[in-house]
Amino acid sequence: MYPETFRYTKEHEWVLVEGDTGTVGITDHAQKELGDIVYVDLPKLGIALAKGATFGSVESVKAVSDIYAPISGEVLETNSLLAAAPEKLNEDPHGAAWLVKIKLTDPSEIEQLMTVAEYQTYIGA
Amino acid sequence: MVKKVRSHISQNEQLLFEMSSPGKKGYQLPDLDVPAIDPAAALGGSAVRSEIAGFPEVSEVEVIRHFTRLSTWNYAIDLGMYPLGSCTMKYNPRVNEQVARTEGLAWAHPYQPESLAQGMMEVIAALECALAEITGMDAVTLQPAAGAHGEMTGILLIRAALEKQGNPRKKVLCPDSAHGTNPATAQMVGYDVVNIKSNDLGMVDVAELVKAVDGDTAALMVTNPNTVGVFEEHIVQVAEVLHSKGGMVYMDGANMNALVGVARPGDFGVDVMHLNLHKTFSTPHGGGGPGAGAVAMKAHLEPFAPTPRLKFDNGVYSWDYNRPDTIGRVRAFYGNFGVLVRALAYIMAHGGPGLRNATMDAILNANYIRKGLEAFFDLPYQSPCMHEVVFSDDRQTNKGVKTGDIAKRLIDYGFHPYTVSFPLIVHGALMIEPTETESKAEIDLFIDAMQSIAREIDEDPQMVLKAPYTTRTSRVDETTAARKPIVRWKPAS
Repeated sequence: MYPETFRYTKEHEWVLVEGDTGTVGITDHAQKELGDIVYVDLPKLGIALAKGATFGSVESVKAVSDIYAPISGEVLETNSLLAAAPEKLNEDPHGAAWLVKIKLTDPSEIEQLMTVAEYQTYIGA
Repeated sequence: MVKKVRSHISQNEQLLFEMSSPGKKGYQLPDLDVPAIDPAAALGGSAVRSEIAGFPEVSEVEVIRHFTRLSTWNYAIDLGMYPLGSCTMKYNPRVNEQVARTEGLAWAHPYQPESLAQGMMEVIAALECALAEITGMDAVTLQPAAGAHGEMTGILLIRAALEKQGNPRKKVLCPDSAHGTNPATAQMVGYDVVNIKSNDLGMVDVAELVKAVDGDTAALMVTNPNTVGVFEEHIVQVAEVLHSKGGMVYMDGANMNALVGVARPGDFGVDVMHLNLHKTFSTPHGGGGPGAGAVAMKAHLEPFAPTPRLKFDNGVYSWDYNRPDTIGRVRAFYGNFGVLVRALAYIMAHGGPGLRNATMDAILNANYIRKGLEAFFDLPYQSPCMHEVVFSDDRQTNKGVKTGDIAKRLIDYGFHPYTVSFPLIVHGALMIEPTETESKAEIDLFIDAMQSIAREIDEDPQMVLKAPYTTRTSRVDETTAARKPIVRWKPAS
């Protein structure tokens, strides 16, 4: 269910680091808790994100929830799929429905994030 | 096909556009008794349309019936209990309406000279004074038009005061139990929002707070009692933490219905707060507005208050515009005056002891519901509740039934739903606020209905999942409505 290659936050984001790029999304647990997602608000390209800062929000039928940067860096790309099809976030949160790609400023921050085993314990999975 | 199959109150209603038939009119003008002119010649061709495209053409009786029938679809506090948590949907006494319709008040004009507006100004002064006494604050502005507007005014006051000291600072702290408008307000006023976690009792975690407050912290925005319906017992200590670092405490007064006449925010360290006159002080609310978000402040913030400020010298009221440190106007004229009149009528009709009684009854009613339902629904926070009680749907989710489904079924029992899925720190929240205006008999009906739904979920969850059954439209697809909203009618063509 939860990929081994990802690192996870207590706020239920995941990040996959490849070279100096991090792909960020929300976890399957997060999408289940939110319920049917109807809108995703993503940042502008080029914005600098500090680890832990809010960079967008996910709106479901019951609530709007902030999403937090799991790692510091500059926004390289946002997932254009989600504007027209926010439901993808319910269907494939660890794959096609990634949120943003970030150029990392401090890749060592990744060590502060949870491993898959730690995250699964955290959510009681 | 026979279309009218239900009594008119539950019959569905076409849009006026769909009722339109070409050439039908709801008016008749008298014959022209002056020479006709060509509008295009008089105004220029570009100012004249050959037709008004797409307007519905209907008769007077069709318009009257259309809107009268629509009005019967409303659920209102005048029809029954409206237990919408965090909203204080209390009954609006009719005497308030009578007072607001007093000829001299109802027909007052905001441009009336001060010498002819002394009575209106006295109403404003009396209300400012009463609200200052109720909140334990030093000054009040009545300009803001609603709660979130009051919040913004309050945070602007804090920002102005800090700027005057040389540094507006960067952060505003909001507990995770805050109203959604609190972080939105801080953001609007240019602050970064920092979330503060609640502890197991549903209160601000003071240790977390101490860690978060520093020289960059402008304020904490706290709701007390908070959205879990719990009084922040450590509020004095919380305020000291902020003040020791030069920050301030903003209180969201949406839940003031639990405090009026019992505890005063000004006495427990709050610097500035708003009051929802349309909640706590029983003015029309929830589509029936307009609202009024009075802001009460300590003396150190008063120099920054919106202009004009009311002055009273030698027995005469006047408006003071000469306030160099003011944040400026936040609304045209002097606030929603008609609402202010109703709020003052409510306060004066109750007097001090009456307001205190209302508070005690509001708390008693919420605790009565808590007792009546705690065997049926999960209660995540065991702290004593104030004016509202928050359950979770934990026991019902085993059967696949969530808070939203229970709320839909409640409609079949003739009640307006409680607040669903808020506050966010309670998983699957059912937030119930009866207010003081409900009788024991009405509250017993509500408890019976909720107990009955809990039993239905045990016996036949599928039935509850398809509710409501007694409404014109049954379960709607909220997800598709939000994902693919159709917000404009277009002709079928």
